[in-house]
Amino acid sequence: MAVLIDDRTRILVQGITGREAATFTKDMMDYGSKVVAGVTPGKQGQTVHGIPVFDTVKEAVEKQKANAAVVSVPPAFAKDAVMEAADCGLSPIACLTERIPKRDVIEMVAYADLKGVKIIGPNSPGVISPAKRSKLGFLGGNNPERAFRPGHIGVISRSGGMCTEVANLVSNAGMGISTAIGMGGDSVVGSTYLDLFPLFEQDPETHAMVLFCEPGGTKEDVLAEWIPGHFTKPVVAFFGGKFVDNMPGMRFGHASVIVRPGSGATRDKTRLFQQAGVKVVEVYSDIPKALKELLREKEKAAGRKIAVPRKKAAPAKRAVKKIGKNRKSKKGGKKQ
Amino acid sequence: MRLYEYEGKILAQKVGIPIPAGKMVDSPEAAREVARDLKGEVVIKAQILLGGRGKAGGVKFARDPEEAERLTREMLAGKIRDRKVEKVLVEKKLEIIEEMYLGITIDEIKKRMILLAGRTGGVEVEAIAQKPGAGFARFHVDPFIGVPGFRAKELAKHLGAADKGLGALSNIVSRLYGLTQKFDASVAEINPLVKTKNGSYLAADCRVEIDDDALFRQKELESFGIFPREERGREPTELERKGAEIDRVDHRGVAGRVVEFEGDTGLIIGGGGASLTVFDAILKYGGKPANYCEIGGNPTVKKVQLLTELILSKPGVKRLAVITNVLSNTRVDLVARGVIKGMLNRGIDPKKFPVVFRVPGAWEDEGFKILNKYGIKYFERAHTMDEAAKYVVEMGKS
Repeated sequence: MAVLIDDRTRILVQGITGREAATFTKDMMDYGSKVVAGVTPGKQGQTVHGIPVFDTVKEAVEKQKANAAVVSVPPAFAKDAVMEAADCGLSPIACLTERIPKRDVIEMVAYADLKGVKIIGPNSPGVISPAKRSKLGFLGGNNPERAFRPGHIGVISRSGGMCTEVANLVSNAGMGISTAIGMGGDSVVGSTYLDLFPLFEQDPETHAMVLFCEPGGTKEDVLAEWIPGHFTKPVVAFFGGKFVDNMPGMRFGHASVIVRPGSGATRDKTRLFQQAGVKVVEVYSDIPKALKELLREKEKAAGRKIAVPRKKAAPAKRAVKKIGKNRKSKKGGKKQ
Repeated sequence: MRLYEYEGKILAQKVGIPIPAGKMVDSPEAAREVARDLKGEVVIKAQILLGGRGKAGGVKFARDPEEAERLTREMLAGKIRDRKVEKVLVEKKLEIIEEMYLGITIDEIKKRMILLAGRTGGVEVEAIAQKPGAGFARFHVDPFIGVPGFRAKELAKHLGAADKGLGALSNIVSRLYGLTQKFDASVAEINPLVKTKNGSYLAADCRVEIDDDALFRQKELESFGIFPREERGREPTELERKGAEIDRVDHRGVAGRVVEFEGDTGLIIGGGGASLTVFDAILKYGGKPANYCEIGGNPTVKKVQLLTELILSKPGVKRLAVITNVLSNTRVDLVARGVIKGMLNRGIDPKKFPVVFRVPGAWEDEGFKILNKYGIKYFERAHTMDEAAKYVVEMGKS
C-alpha cells in the first residue's frame, strides 16, 4: 500500500512530445512505472519511447486504460489539459506546469472537485511510491532509487528539490519512503496538506510524516488546527526561509513565499505546529533523528515494534552501481 | 503585480464602479490645475505601493488650488513610509457619511475566490475581519457560477444598503468580481467603500493586484498605461540592477535575480526551497548573507562567471557559498567553471579565498575534477547543505 499511486497506476502523459516530458517519461518507464499513453493534440499515431500518442485523453483512456495523468503542457493550455483528464475521471492528475494563471487554477480545481478527482500541483515535481516503483512526474530524476528507498515515511513538500533532498536524508538514515508528494510551490494548488493527510492516516504503510514547509499563506496553519483528533502518526516539520519573517512584502523563491502583515510568518506557523504536537526541527539535517525519536516514543507507548531502524542501513546497492563513476570522485572529495 | 491606487481606479471605472472625480499628476503645477477644474476642496493622495499611507502623511486636504500645489510639492519632494513619491492623485473631497469594506481575494485552502464585506472600513481591516462578531460577511465564489445577482444583493443588504442604494451597491459587488475575472486580479479591494451625503456609493480607495502569471494575456492593461514591472517592495539597489542585467543578456538558465543584503557571505544558491534553507543555515552558523540569488535551469559559464564577479565586487564579502539541493539537469562542471573564472577575473586565488561547493547534479565527476584542480572544497550529496554552510562560515572566520 501507499497513497495516491501504486502498481495499478496506469499513467497518461499529456504533452508527451515535449522535450522535458519525453525525458521524464523515459525516467518513469526505466523506474518501472506503467506509462501507457501520451496525448498531444495533432500528433496521434506517433510514439514516444514506444508509447502511443493520442489526440484526446478520451481515446487514450479507451484504448490504453489509463487511470492517472501527468500534465506537462505550456501554461496557457494547462487548464484545459487538466480539465480534460478530470473529465475522463483520471486521478490523481499531477500538474507539473509552472506559472499557470491563478484564475485557471481555480477553475480546473473546481472542475476536478466536481468530477471527484485529485490534482497534485500545479508547479509540482510529482508523486512517488517507491515500494511499488510507481512515480508520476520528474521527482528523483533518472535515479529515484538513490533518494527514495521503500519504507514507511510519508513526505509532503512545498518544494520539488527539497522533496528529494529530504527523502534522500531519510533514506540515508536507514529509513525509507512510503509515498512522497511535491505539493507544488504556488499559492493555489489542487491538494494542500489538508487534502493529503487523511490519505496518509489511512495508509498502514505510513508510520510517520515529514513536511518541508515555507513561509507564506495559511496552509500550515490550518493543518495545525486539523491534526489534533484527526491524525495519529508522528509528524516532523522543517521550515526553509525563516529569514523571510523579517522581510514582509518581499517574495523569495516560490510564488507563495511572501509574508504579509499578520500572516505567513514561520514563527507563528512553528508555534501552531508545536501546539498540535508536530515536532519542528531547526535544521533539516536533524529530520532523521527527530523521526527516530518520535517513532521510538510511539513504540514505547504502544508496547510493540513499528519498524524503527536501530542501525544505519547500507545504501541502496542498485543505486550505487548505477553511479559507479561517481564513487571514484567521492573518494577524491573526502581526501581534500 | 500590485497596482497604484490610480491604476486600480482606472480598472474599477472600466467595469463600471463609481470613483471620485480626479486625476493622477506628477507635478505641483498640474495638481493646481486639476484642483481648479474640480472646484472646491480636494484631497491629495501620494501614490505608493504600501498601505497605511494616511497615517504617514500621504493623504492631505487642500482648500484651494494654491494649497493643492504646495502640498503636492511637499509630497513629491519627500518620502512616505520610506518610498519616494513620484505621483499623486488629486480628487474632489467627498462628503462621507459611511465607510465600508469590500474585498475579493483568493482563499488558498478552499481554492476559490472569497468575497469579504464588512461595515467597518479603514486600515487594519484584515485583522478586524478575523475576529468573530466583527460583522464581516464571507462568500466563496464558484468559478463556474460567479456571483449571482441575489448573492450580490444579500451582501449589499449586509452592508446596510436600502432603497435605491440597494441596486447601486449590488452592482458594485458584482462588478468588483467582474474586475477580478476580466483583468486576472488576485486581489481587488475597495477600502473604504463610501456612502456620500447624497446617497451614492463610491470607491474612495482601490487596491488591485494583477496575477503575474496572467500578464501574458492581459496586454490590454498597457493600453491603459499599466505596464508590467518587477516588484521588490523597495527600490532595487545598484547590485540588484546589475544582476538583472546579467540575467537578461542570456536567456539560458536563471542566474542574476539578486536581492542584496548587508553581509559578508556571497551566495550562489539553487532550488526554490533549498535556497531558503541555505540562507537560514548561513545565518544560523554565524555568517551574514550578502545577497540572495538563485541559479537554476542550466545557466551558461558566462552567466555564472558574471554573477560571481558581481557578488565578489560587493565590499565586505569575505567568503562564497555555492550550495544547491540535488539537481537533475544543471551541470556542475559549468557552474564550477563559471565561479572559478569569475574569481580569477577579480584577481582572487580560489586556493586562498574561502569558497565551498555543494552542487550535486549532472556531470559531477567533471565538476569535481575542476574543483580539485583549483583546490576548492566541495561536498557531495551524502553531505547536507547544512554541513556545507557551516563549513564555509567557519572557513571565513579563521
